[in-house]
Amino acid sequence: MTRHFTQIAAGAAALLLASSALATAQTVLYRGNDTDPATLDQHRTSTVAEANLLRDLYEGLVTTDPGGKLIPAVAESWEISEGGDVYTFHLRPDAKWSNGDPVTSDDFLFTFRRIMDPATAAGYASILFDILNAEAVAGGEMPVEELGVAAPDPQTLVITLRGPTPYFLELLTHQTGKPLHRASVEQFGDDFTKPGNLVSNGAYMLESFTPNDRIVMQKNPNFWDADNVAIDTIHYIPFEDRSACLRRFEAGEVQICSDVPAEQMAYMEENLPDNLRIAPYLGTYYLPVKVEKEKLADPRVRQAISMVIDRDFIADEVWQGTMLPAFSLVPPGIANYVDPAPELDYADMDLLDREDAAIALLEEAGVDPATLQIELSYNSSENHKNTMTAVADMLKNIGITATLNEMEGTGYFNYLREGGDFDIVRAGWIGDYNDPQNFLYLNETGVSFNYPHWSNAEYDSRMKAAAETTDLAARAEILAEAERIFLADLPSIPILYYSSRALVSDRVSGWEDNLLDNHATRWLSLSE
Amino acid sequence: MTVHPDPTEVLPAPVAGRSQWQDAWIRLRKNRAAVTSAIVLLVLGLIGIFGPMVWPHPHAQVYPQFVRVPASLEAYPRADTILPGFERELARTRLDHGPPVLEGDRVTVELTSDEPIDPRILRYFQRSDLFSDPSLELAEDELTGTLSAKVERLHFYFGTDAVGRDLAARIMIGVRISLAIGILASIMALLVGVTYGAVSGYLGGRVDNVMMRIVDILYSLPFIFFVILMVVFFGRSIVIIFIAIGATEWLDMARIVRGQTLSLKRQEFVQAAEALGATKAGILARHIIPNTLGPVVVFVTLLVPKAILLESLLSFLGLGVQEPLTSLGLLISEGASNMRGALWLLIWPAITLTLILFALNFLGDGLRDSLDPKDR
Amino acid sequence: MLAYTFRRLLSAVPTVFIIVTLTFFMIRLAPGGPFDLERPLDPLIMANLNKAYNLDAPLWSQYLTYLGNLLRGDLGPSFTRRDFSVNDLFATGMPVSILLGSLALSLAVVLGTLLGAFAALRQNTPVDYTIVGLATFGITTPNFVVAPLLSLLFGVVLGWLPAGGWELGNPAFWILPVATLALPQVAVIARLVRGATIEALRSNHVRTARAYGLPTRVVVGVHALRAAMLPAVSYLGPTAAGLLTGSVVVETIFGIPGIGRYFVQGALGRDYTLVMGTVVVIAVFIIIFNLIVDLMYAWLDPRVRFD
Repeated sequence: MTRHFTQIAAGAAALLLASSALATAQTVLYRGNDTDPATLDQHRTSTVAEANLLRDLYEGLVTTDPGGKLIPAVAESWEISEGGDVYTFHLRPDAKWSNGDPVTSDDFLFTFRRIMDPATAAGYASILFDILNAEAVAGGEMPVEELGVAAPDPQTLVITLRGPTPYFLELLTHQTGKPLHRASVEQFGDDFTKPGNLVSNGAYMLESFTPNDRIVMQKNPNFWDADNVAIDTIHYIPFEDRSACLRRFEAGEVQICSDVPAEQMAYMEENLPDNLRIAPYLGTYYLPVKVEKEKLADPRVRQAISMVIDRDFIADEVWQGTMLPAFSLVPPGIANYVDPAPELDYADMDLLDREDAAIALLEEAGVDPATLQIELSYNSSENHKNTMTAVADMLKNIGITATLNEMEGTGYFNYLREGGDFDIVRAGWIGDYNDPQNFLYLNETGVSFNYPHWSNAEYDSRMKAAAETTDLAARAEILAEAERIFLADLPSIPILYYSSRALVSDRVSGWEDNLLDNHATRWLSLSE
Repeated sequence: MTVHPDPTEVLPAPVAGRSQWQDAWIRLRKNRAAVTSAIVLLVLGLIGIFGPMVWPHPHAQVYPQFVRVPASLEAYPRADTILPGFERELARTRLDHGPPVLEGDRVTVELTSDEPIDPRILRYFQRSDLFSDPSLELAEDELTGTLSAKVERLHFYFGTDAVGRDLAARIMIGVRISLAIGILASIMALLVGVTYGAVSGYLGGRVDNVMMRIVDILYSLPFIFFVILMVVFFGRSIVIIFIAIGATEWLDMARIVRGQTLSLKRQEFVQAAEALGATKAGILARHIIPNTLGPVVVFVTLLVPKAILLESLLSFLGLGVQEPLTSLGLLISEGASNMRGALWLLIWPAITLTLILFALNFLGDGLRDSLDPKDR
Repeated sequence: MLAYTFRRLLSAVPTVFIIVTLTFFMIRLAPGGPFDLERPLDPLIMANLNKAYNLDAPLWSQYLTYLGNLLRGDLGPSFTRRDFSVNDLFATGMPVSILLGSLALSLAVVLGTLLGAFAALRQNTPVDYTIVGLATFGITTPNFVVAPLLSLLFGVVLGWLPAGGWELGNPAFWILPVATLALPQVAVIARLVRGATIEALRSNHVRTARAYGLPTRVVVGVHALRAAMLPAVSYLGPTAAGLLTGSVVVETIFGIPGIGRYFVQGALGRDYTLVMGTVVVIAVFIIIFNLIVDLMYAWLDPRVRFD
């Protein structure tokens, strides 16, 4: 086993040397990524870094264009039943796997069944629970054959949902919707992700994977749109240290950094203004509050705390403009939502007036701020610490005593999941797909992301109603009502919207800022 | 002026006869570098203990309007930011106003409004870091008035950090914590490490083998989990960090002293003492340990920075000192990530740590020279 | 000596066993598990995952399984890098770490000894002060400051060397990491050797040798340095083990695929098998190097005997 792997590594090294000899004919892109993937098996992935890699390796039924708009991919066209709960996809006949096999509806059938199979233990299976019987299959109560996916012929795939799900197509752009090559997965089992075994249907195919070093991908000659893919080889380099990527970017060793060090924003704005890409992103940074605690049970107390948080200061000073001040959970610019979107009604008030209002609210609630002691917990990372330090200082302005409690990463997430005894914590959510439901469902009763353990029957019923509404405008209004309920009760305090941040070399063209921060390499090209 | 450094600060209580220590003391006082170093350390120690109490900026105080200002001897706000800062606060009052005028250390402006002016607008200036002592003189109809405010003069000699706290105040707290960690690690190494190593080396054989295997085991255990568990079971406190660092930092010392002892115990003077019927404890205390002091003292000066920097690793993992406290190691690691753009955040803590270590080195060398039993 | 070495190697077996046992139960006591990510998993899926990785079995049975696999040389699958087994990870990372570590170690020993001896011979002269000053600087400047500075200076500003990254066959990629790794060790060894040499120069046998009129070079080289190396060698045992098993900071900042990062990555990600694997590797290195150190004592100072 060990020897086998070193052989591959040696082979990869030889190929690497060979390819650098041919460098004149090849365009090679060095792309920084946030971190290494936990795996290249899309059913066991969850992070943004993994999504970036899988976007180049695989193509789902639908995908997004450089601007982030949904476009057909393996599915040439599709029909949606009148009830909105049956999707019939017609697969393009020229879609091929990297080994030349055609991509068939059976591959998709196999994939959807595999992700729901309890034996796969797919961490993100729940994202597809909208498919008929999915939840029961994943829970082991039904055989996988009962899943609402069918392949009547190699070119047709029929997916039946448990109800109308207007965001279903958006959902299929997520990596859980990408197909697997049935034959190789069945042949190699869990080893199908190894270089040499992995068969992909996207613009690229896997050549090598050296942990903590790089993942090399080569252009897939069998990709149906290969003629329009400009870059031949990609080296994905994991950068846990954002400053390291910045340095290598400046040295010309990498052309794209997937993130930038916030503390060096001033430097980059001055020296790399054309390369720095800061764009709105589908993500919110918020502070869940333990609503079960007596001192925090009154929504007025939570509102008062929210009022005194100076979001502009945190966004501009602590995050150096890499975040935006937030007064709602659903980030702006999202699809299928109302305009103007709901937000906290004190968004435009002056901070000092907000402080007066906060003191008045606390008085109304019968709470003396001087007796209110709040612990702010966060996982270690420079900016979470600075953010919470700033929040503590702001609470002090109305006499609330706030102490800080930094926790080690995994212990922290375990503490949140197990319903630890916190007062206020921090959390962030990056949307998986472009729909407000993806943010609002975080507050539904019993959802594991619902750290405050907030439960509101009215909210839950709105979410349920939205899930059953096919008319997008009506559904948007129902979702907005749900968010208004959330904002009135405020179990979590939204404080920032994420921005996507990247460094893109002048040599790269085709990079368009988009809300999902999706930048498939097939849309990019590289000049000398 | 002579300040008498207390050798017990870095050394365990005297174990041998008095005269040896008195001798050493006299020689140490003659060593100018060592005395200077002792004074520097003492002064830094006093700054660490009392500095935060008397310094004008509390270490946890956030100045929202002075985030990341560079180190400077000049006062903040800078002359060219006073009027824009004043205008910014004026804009928040939503009143019509004339041009603000800066005279001496007060800014004055004429206000007009359609409705009576609410004196609560003064709050904007009270809360500002740039101004203090605002006053408002209203005309009878309360529709016009004169607002004036004193310009603050704040000094940030070492600049401010990423949330607007005075770096000098934070360094003082950092010195306090880091010196405490350094002293604690040294005491652990000297008490536990030296004794353990000397006993292991002197007794030798099976005892030595077992004792050194225990050290091997402690070297190999995953330190991070050790700390995580301590935090889980005993709650998070600075004592945990002290225990964790102290518990690991004596291992090197034990191995070094053991190595020396292996060589010493075959030497004539030890064998002579044995022949004269001295007890094992007596030989260890009077002959072996004093003769290992040379490398021991040098190693203490190496161990202190190691312990201080180890704390920064713990902080990096979220297991170190808790905000708003800080440590030199933590300040330096934050400074390192701000190296480009806010160099002062790295330089001042780094200089402070270097100063401590230089002083330790020279004091250590002086101590070694004065304690050397061969050199009398 | 051969018998002694053999006995020591035998005693390594229970030592490793104790380390493995203590570590196994210690890391399981820590809160959280390998699947506690920033995005919490559905309880249903968490159960499936724990089942798939045998984490739902009683702890003692997991322990026995692990011991059994360990005896066969199988360190198990990694939880956080699921495309690799722990053996795979070490097979690719170890050569890199050993290469960098041994280069840094050699550099540190040679340079540190030379500087230390040189400073000792010129005690309390400007040369001595300069060396001591530089050494102090080397000790106080942590590697998380040195590494980005070197990368910035030589990679970005001057453009002489790669700012980061790794190619096994290309020494240009080795220079900065080796320099960063070696710097503090050069400083420590120089300090230890200086101190011990000064002491050795005052000792009777060196005084005697000098009195015989032997040239200083010989006296220092043969008599003083040999005894002076003892503390440095004691220090080098665990240090060498540490250098050869990689450095988290240097590997992260320069982007080097060694094994140094696995310990912290494994600990933070609760990758039990990866942490266990790292601990086993570190233990083996510690045991081997401490044995080498003990053997070197006897060689450096013939008075040292192990009975």
